[in-house]
Parts: sequence; C-alpha cells; structure tokens
Amino acid sequence: MSYVSTQSPPARPVMTARATRFVRRNPTLVFGATVLSLFIVLALVSPLLVGDVSSLNPLQRLKPMSGEHPLGTDAQGRDLLGRTVYGARVSLAVGCAVAILAITIGVILGLAAGYIPWLETPVMTLMDALMSIPAVLLAISLVSLTSASVGTVIVAITIPEIPRVVRLVRSVVLSVRRQPYVEAAVAGGARTLKILWRHILPATVPPLIVQATYVAASAILIESALSFVGAGTPPDIPSWGNMISESRLYLSRAPMTVFAPGLALALTVLAINLIGDGLRDRLDPRLARRM
Amino acid sequence: MKFLLRKTLSMGAVLLIVAFMVFVMIRFSPGDPAAILAGDNATEQQIAAIREAMRLDDPLALQFGHWTSQVVSGDLGTSIFSGEPVLDMILQRIEPTISLTLLTMGFAIVVAVVLGVFAAARAGRTTDRLVMVFSVIGFSVPGFVTAYLLIYVLSVRLGWFPVQGYTPLAEGIGPWLHALVLPGLVLSLTYIALIARITRATMLEVLSEDYIRTARAKGVSPNAVLYGHALRNAGVPIVTIVGLGFSMLIGGVVITETVFNIPGIGRLVIDAITKRDYPIIQGITLLLSAVYVMVNLLVDLSYGLIDPRTRKS
Repeated sequence: MSYVSTQSPPARPVMTARATRFVRRNPTLVFGATVLSLFIVLALVSPLLVGDVSSLNPLQRLKPMSGEHPLGTDAQGRDLLGRTVYGARVSLAVGCAVAILAITIGVILGLAAGYIPWLETPVMTLMDALMSIPAVLLAISLVSLTSASVGTVIVAITIPEIPRVVRLVRSVVLSVRRQPYVEAAVAGGARTLKILWRHILPATVPPLIVQATYVAASAILIESALSFVGAGTPPDIPSWGNMISESRLYLSRAPMTVFAPGLALALTVLAINLIGDGLRDRLDPRLARRM
Repeated sequence: MKFLLRKTLSMGAVLLIVAFMVFVMIRFSPGDPAAILAGDNATEQQIAAIREAMRLDDPLALQFGHWTSQVVSGDLGTSIFSGEPVLDMILQRIEPTISLTLLTMGFAIVVAVVLGVFAAARAGRTTDRLVMVFSVIGFSVPGFVTAYLLIYVLSVRLGWFPVQGYTPLAEGIGPWLHALVLPGLVLSLTYIALIARITRATMLEVLSEDYIRTARAKGVSPNAVLYGHALRNAGVPIVTIVGLGFSMLIGGVVITETVFNIPGIGRLVIDAITKRDYPIIQGITLLLSAVYVMVNLLVDLSYGLIDPRTRKS
C-alpha cells in the first residue's frame, strides 16, 4: 500500500517542492520579481482602481490618513495613495522603454566597435565623451532643449545609458572573436553580418539581460531626479519624482506626502536591482564571482 | 612618457567631442539666442545687431572654431539673463561645490574601503551579508529620498542639523562642517555602495592568491595581511571605480544642492536650465566633464604608483 503511493506521487507536491527549492536557492530573485510584479499589476489596473488623480480640491488639502484617503491628501487635496499607485506607470514605462532602446542601440554600436577595427577608436571615443558628462546633467540639458514630455524624457535618459551597454558588448565581442568557432566561420567565408548575428550576438545575450535590469533601474532613478528638479514628466501626469518635488515644502506638516512616493520609488528600484543580481548569479557565473 | 602623451591626446579628443556636442545641442535648441538675449521689447535691428556680434550668421564650423578658441582662452561667454561672465559666476559658486565633493569623496572612500575589506575578510558571514544588503539599498534609494528622510528625522524632529543652506568656510570650520554633514552623508551613500562592492569583490580574488597564504603561514598578523598585502594588490580596480563613479557623484551633487538649497554650481546649472540660459549650461557641462576627465587621468597615472608591474606595459 505504502509502496504504491511512493511509486506514483501526485504531481502537485513535486511542483511545490521544486518551487520551494527554487525560492530557497534564489531568494533575491523571487523577492524582486514578486515586488516588481505587484507594481506592474498596480500600474496596469490603476486607471480602473483610482478615480481622477489630477482634479484639485483645495478644501481637502494635506488631510491626514482617513477611510476615504488611506494615506491622506497632498497639498492640492488630491488622494495620495491613488497618485502614488498611478506614479508607477511613468516609472515602469520609462524604465522599460529606456532599457529596450539603450540595449538595441548599444548592441549595434558595440558589435561595430568590437568587430570592425576602423570603427573602434571613433565609437569608443564618442562613448568616453558621453560618459564624461554626468548622466543626470546630460539628461536634464537634453530635456531642456525641447518641451518636457514622457517621450523626450525617455530619449534624454537613453543617451547617457548607451555607453555602458556598448562597452559591455564590445568586451564580449573581443573575447569571443578569437574563439575557434568564430575563426572557423571566418575561414569558411561567412559574411560579416552573418558571423555577428549567428555566432557573436548569442554570446552577448546573458550579460545583456542582466545589464538591461540595471539600465532600467538607473533609468527610473534618473527619471525621478529629472521630475524632481522640474525637467521631467510634466506636472499634470503624477510621477514619483514630481510628487516629491511638489510636496517637499510640506515635509514637516505632512511627511507622508514625500515618503509615500519615495518608498514606492525605492522599493521598485530595489526590486529591479535584486532581479538583476539574481539573474547575474544564474546567467553569468563568471561576473558573479567578480562582483 | 609615451603613455602619458597618448592619454593626454585621447583626453583632448574626448573634451573636443564634448564641446562639439554641447555646442550642437545648444545651436539646435528652439528659440533664437539673439532674440532671448535682446529681451521682449527689442526691435528687429537690435536682434540683428546681437546676431552679428554673436556671429550667429557665420557657418556652423566657423562658429564652433570661434567658440572653441574663446573657451581655450578662458572665456566661457556671458549669461543671457544676468549679463555677467559665466566664468565669474562659476567661480563665485565654486566653494560649496568643491567643499561638498571633496568631503564626500574622502569620507566615502575611507568608509567604503574599510567596509569592503571587512566584508571580504568575513565572506559569507553576517557582516558580509549586511555590507552587501547595504550596498544594494545604497544603489536603489535615490539620494533625494534619503535626504528628506534624514532631514525629517535629524533636522525637523531632533533639530540636530540645519534643514538647508550652506555656511562658507570663512565663518569657521565647525559651522562649515555642520552644514555639510547631512548633504555629504546623503551624497556618499551610493558612492560607498559602489566602491565597497568592488573592494569586496577584488579583495576576495586577491585573498585566494598563494602569496596571501604564504604571508599568513609565516605569521604576519591578520590585519597586516589584509591592509598591507591584500589591499595594495586590490588597489587598481578600486581607484578605477573611484574615477568612473566620479561622474555619478557629480550628478548627485547637482541634485543634493537643490535639495539642501546649497548655492553651488549644481544649483546654478539647474537654475540656468529652467531659464534656458545656454552659455551657463555650456560652461558648466564643459567644466564638469573636464574635471571628470582629469580625475580619470590621475587614476590612470596612479596605477604605476600602486602596482609597479603596470609601469612596464
């Protein structure tokens, strides 16, 4: 009787056991992914959950926590919880868009600089120049050239993020191009584009996935700094940076107006960084040992 | 010597590209600088005269050449709004920025290296875990959020530090330091996280080398092994990250000065950006990237001092 039951264990406990083992081995990855998923879901459903986040209501300004406003209201009488939840939309959209754009452009430039000798010096000097301007300052100046919108903010943050992707891709290309399988492809007369696409690009994927998470985290931080100094997301769209900026004068009277968006921002970036660290440990053991 | 020459050349190239980028960015910005400079009530003739004086009708390449030669001779132009020379405005505001940057760097490097060495010496144990947790948090919490947390607890509630502002060094070291404690602390967190992480990783690598085992075997005290033998050999990656992280630190200075209302270069450039005072933006961007490039040149030169083996190559 007992023999039979051990022979055919029900499927579910095995799955659970596997899941438990995965959680135990990758606590940071799981924690990060859980927190981030929560924010993504909130960002997606926030327009349904939260009513109007922009209508001003001066009579209700800086109210403490209550049933109607769980976190109280801000200086314009708007619901703080609703705006904080809504703020996830801008941050996550910017983080995601910048990561995709910066990786795409960075891969093209990095492959070119690593594989095509005469392009190496010009591309890398350009990247050194971009890196020598503080990212926040470069992004603020770029936004100031045009009118502030979420689109311009994304472009302005992408440009300072490109150099580190280029450097990463180039270093992978330099180490891979001397490998026998690449030299064999060259000797076999394969076209350069085909070699890059079929043989070199795949080697850059694991470190790039890790790098994408760090780029996204950094982009969210820069977006918040831009909005904080008033050169980012326009004030009519709630973002964590512009919420903190609008509320900072009321820090001693209503600290929650600063700390609610601040905590949401810190948790989101922390979650993405933890996912990055977790992925790095799994995908890129060589880098993991060094870090 | 050849190394120094090559480095200086690439440094020049980098700065020239930065100058060109800044120049192009501003020339392609919306709005006619001459019209802005002339003010709202200016006539067509006045605007034309300013265009003439600023050589805005010359070909772009000629304008860039003219502008570069001015910059090289120390003339960064004049502010559109105040009419003052940009260089003078920068010099008036430089003390708070230099104070904050140097104080933060000194503090951060010492703390980060000690934390990193400590964590590596106790790899896998609680101290190490705590340092790593601190490092992830340091990367994730934006400076202005930490700033408001500290301001709320230490300044608003406990009244230990001024909420904002800056006290010039001329009024005494005590008051000067007192006003810089909070901004310096906030600014140093990310920098500490960055340097501590690299220090730990490099130390872990060095500590597994044979000569460390030899030193330990011949009875060198644990601290002498850590700080004398191992840290010296871990020096090159550490100073490298100090240099690369410098641009992040400067970015932080810009934001921190805004939070704490410190009248430095960071506030100057933020104000200039909101007013679209392009000559100031140009001048400060160039200055900051020149400082970054210089710091990294010093870092490159220090390799030879830290590790004599690198001198040959």
